[in-house]
This record gives sequence, C-alpha cells and structure tokens, in this order.
Amino acid sequence: MEERTATVNKWEHFSHGADIGIRGIGASPAQAFEQAALALTAVVTDPACVRPGAEIAISCADDDPELLFVDWLNAVIYEMAVRGMLFSRYRVTIDGGRLAGTATGETVDAARHQPAVEPKGATYTELEVARRGDGQWIAQCIIDV
Amino acid sequence: MDTNRLTKLSDTAWQIEPRRDMRVPAVIYADEALIRDMDDKVFEQAANVAALPGIVNAAYAMPDAHWGYGFPIGGVAAFDAEQGGVVSAGGVGFDISCGVRCLLTGLHRDAVEAVKTTLADALYYQIPVGVGSTGAIALDLHEMDAMLHGGAHWAVERGYGSDRDLDRIEEGGCMAGAEPKAVSAKAKHRQRQQIGTLGSGNHYLEVQEVTAVHDEEAARAFGLAAGDMVISIHCGSRGLGHQIGTEYLKRMLAAAGTAGIRLPDRELACAPIRSAVGQEYLGAMRAAINSALANRQVITHLVRGVFRRLLPDAGLELLFDVSHNTCKLERHRVDGVERELYVHRKGATRAFGPNHPDLPEAFRAAGQPVLIGGSMGTASHILAGTAASESLSFASACHGAGRRMSRRQASKSWHGRQVVDELAARGILIRSPSPRGVAEEAPGAYKDVDAVVEAAHRAGLARKVARLEPVVCIKG
Repeated sequence: MEERTATVNKWEHFSHGADIGIRGIGASPAQAFEQAALALTAVVTDPACVRPGAEIAISCADDDPELLFVDWLNAVIYEMAVRGMLFSRYRVTIDGGRLAGTATGETVDAARHQPAVEPKGATYTELEVARRGDGQWIAQCIIDV
Repeated sequence: MDTNRLTKLSDTAWQIEPRRDMRVPAVIYADEALIRDMDDKVFEQAANVAALPGIVNAAYAMPDAHWGYGFPIGGVAAFDAEQGGVVSAGGVGFDISCGVRCLLTGLHRDAVEAVKTTLADALYYQIPVGVGSTGAIALDLHEMDAMLHGGAHWAVERGYGSDRDLDRIEEGGCMAGAEPKAVSAKAKHRQRQQIGTLGSGNHYLEVQEVTAVHDEEAARAFGLAAGDMVISIHCGSRGLGHQIGTEYLKRMLAAAGTAGIRLPDRELACAPIRSAVGQEYLGAMRAAINSALANRQVITHLVRGVFRRLLPDAGLELLFDVSHNTCKLERHRVDGVERELYVHRKGATRAFGPNHPDLPEAFRAAGQPVLIGGSMGTASHILAGTAASESLSFASACHGAGRRMSRRQASKSWHGRQVVDELAARGILIRSPSPRGVAEEAPGAYKDVDAVVEAAHRAGLARKVARLEPVVCIKG
C-alpha cells in the first residue's frame, strides 16, 4: 500500500480487482476529502510533479456525507477532464450538506507528468466516510479508470 | 471462489442457488480452474443482481467475470418491463459502449514487418491517446446532437469512412432511440474534443497477426486466414459516457428508493424501465452508444490515413464492431415464448447465433463475430455466436481476459520500460505516453485469455474461429 504522510493527514491507495481504491485520512471530514482528492491525483501521476498554478472553485451539495464525498470526487474528475488539468492542492470546507472547495494545479504535460490512466468516475463501491477509533476521519471509495 | 458454494451443472456451468432475496438463480460459465481463481465478489454481485425486480431466467457471469461495481464485470442480466423490470446504470458501467472494432488489412506479416517501426510511430502520432489528449474535431452543440443521434452514420456523412462500413457495425452503425436531450450539458461539454480519441487504461489500438484458425468456414465468412494482418481498436464513448454514468447512477439511487426497490449495494442503483428516470437513462445511454460508434469510426479514418501513406495496398475493410457495455432491447425466447427484454451486458459481448435476423447477410451462416481483446503481449480472439447461447446467456459471451492482479500490484511488479523492452524482444512494438500505464496493463496482470476463450467455447457461448497475436500496440 502506497501512502504519503503530512502531519496527521495522509492518503493511500487500496486494491480493487480491475480498478483502484482511494482513501483520505484527516482530522475532519473536510481534511479527509482533501487527502482523498490527492489520492485521486496520484492515480494519474505523482502529485509532487504537479505545479500549483491555476485555482479552480468547486462546489457540491448532498445531505448524505458519503454521497457528498462521491460528488466532490466526480466534480474534481470533471474539472480534470474538461480543463485537461491535474491538481496537487485541494482545499475543502463543509457546512452541513454543502461543500465549497478549490483545486489548484496545471495543464497536463504528457512528457513531464506521464499520466498513467484517466479516471472515469468515482463509484459507490467500498464507499465509506466515517470516524475511526483513533478519532481520525476516513473517506474512501473505488475509482473506475 | 469455493466450488462447494455452487451447484455444478456441467464442466463449464455452475449455479448459485436462489437464497435470501434472489428471485432467480445465478449461473457462472467457467471451468473449475477459472472458478477457483474467481473473486468471491463475483458470487456476491451475481447473487445481488439476481435479486433485482423483473429479472428473467438468471443472472449470468461469463468466464472472464471479476469484481465490478454492483454488477460483476462479465455480467449479463435481462429484465422484462412488463414484470416491473429495471434498467441499471451500474449494469452498463461508466464506459458506455466500450467495444472492439476489427479491420481487415489484406496484408501479410512480411509487408508490415518492412515498415513496422515507422507504422508504430505514425499510428502513435496520428491517433490521440492517453490522459489529456484531444481530437481534431471540436463539436458545437448542434454537431454534438447530430453525432449523438447519428453514431457512425454521422461520421461517414462527414467523410470519415464509407457506407460500406455501416453494415459491419452493430445496429448498422446507429443506435435507435438515442435522446440527446437526456444528456446533460456537462456530459456534452466533457465530450466536446474527445471524438477520435482512444483514451487510456485498457484501451488500445493493435496491429495483429492471425496466428491460428480454428474454424475455416467461419473464418472464410469473416475474411480471415492464417497469416493475415488485422487491426483491432478497443475504446468507448469517452467522457460523455463517463459523465452519463456518473449522473444517472446518482439519479437512480433516488429513483430506486422512490420505487421501493431495496438495494443490497448502492452501486446497483436502478430505476423501473417504465419510469421517467429509466426512460431518460435509456435515451442518454443510447446517445452514448452512438458516441462510441462515432468515436471508433473516426479513429478508423485516422488509421486508414496512416496505412494509405505507408502501406497503400492495405484494404482496411471493416470486419465488425461490437460493444460490450450496453443495455439493449432485444427479442428472446423464454420457455417457448418470445419476449422483449432489456439485456444488460457489462463486460460481456453480444453473440447472436447463425440466422439471427439482425446480422448482416455475410454473417448469417456463420453467426456474429465476437471480438475478444487481449492486453499488449497476450493474444486476442475472434469467435462466432452460436445458436446455443440464446438459451444459455441471452446470446452473450465473454469480452476479454479479466484482470488477475490489481493496478497497484502490477505497477509494483513491473516497470513500464522493462515491459516495453521485453515485448520488443518478442517482436511486439509498444507506443504509450506512460511507462506506469504500461506497467499497470502488463500482460501478466491479466488472466490467461486462451483459458477464458476455451471455457466460452466449451460452454457453447461462442465458438472459436481465430487467434490473433499483437505486432504493434498503441496504448493509452
């Protein structure tokens, strides 16, 4: 399992037969969502290779935190697809069922990023947003690639 | 999967007996070795599908079945609208109408070998591939809707191919009942510059050699002979299909709740066929099928351009184009009665047997060509639909090998450069923008496609016609 650590916040991938699982871990649901989005970027390329240039605003809403999480990831995937961008920095605030966030990154550079695969969508498979026994929040699901 | 959990119907058919909420049994077609190697999730997912309203006969899993989303990949299920049947976005998948198209070149290996490196480079240069790539055609909203209505017809009308191609495409190249109004502005925007692009992941374009012919008569009908070179294109509806899948999955979650359908897995989200959401999804999904047919038609045009320049003697007639992520309204005989059913095939190929009225005249005697994809270093296969598959699986067969290893495991097991070099030593040229992508798609990450095809053949789902081996592979 590959992982990156930044204080208590981190992301990791987990295996799925045909595709790939992403998991964000943070002190709050918002931080777990941010970390999961980094894990999404890492499905495509090393986030450290992506320069933080343009900032894109993203918003979505759902009263169910798990559906909100999938909406957030799908909104990021949509912006990646239509703008031809990759993102290396995410900021999320959640107020009730409303999410306001930003994704910061740059246009895909095939030579430098060597993008491995294109995410098609975030799925409800292995979907979970929950607080673990150690007080940390996790947000996870399988990404169809 | 533990075979003790299954009832053995034959050496290649295993049944999950109805339990708990299952309305019908589930049947897995595979030999014992493939069953033992199969993920337990296939059992769980096939049983879940068998619990959906209006399902007819059984939920089926093909020999390449593996863990999917809601439905197993390699899953087939038919629903009757008159019995409260449902349509499921998860039962089709995100990559709507992903499929394989095969072109006949009329060339032999020596002709291709003479220009192989130049050919690989030219195909890689001309065909947009990989993350962030865009096609040369930018569609405005008017043209987008025309494409979503017309499919491959739209492409041919604009000079990307000829009328002769259309007869060799499922549905004659245009899926009826497409409803562009049911496709969101976001989905259309996502597709704006993606027509004529291959995508990434397991999508590819390969130049292949026919290395074995198993059925001379069917091969003749398909225009194949040992030593012939063919081209296979594997891709789908691109961003438009992905966005439709994303949006309708969520809408169907609410629709299932409204209809009182209990979902054991949210990914099984579905709507009654006779509901507003169900009908809108069918219209949008059919538009996505047309997007995939147009996409593969434009890529065909790009391939022909490369061959015209480097190998002008190549014929490049279309053998066939068949999708493996669809839901189609078809007529099937159930207990002696012909019924209209909505057949979901997710990672499964339609495989009409001989004399089916929807087949082109050229294939009436042999049955429909069933195109089974490999992965770079592994073989692909061409099979023919059988009469038996009608009663076995609503005329369906497998679509590929299926993964035996996750992407993470694969990228830790191989380096992309190493895979490219090893395949080059075997005479197979790979062109890809991503070494990691190549590692994740390494041939060893997939099950043995020959074993999967053998099981499909022995089960009677389709019969073997020809085996293909790659010579050049353009990989996303």
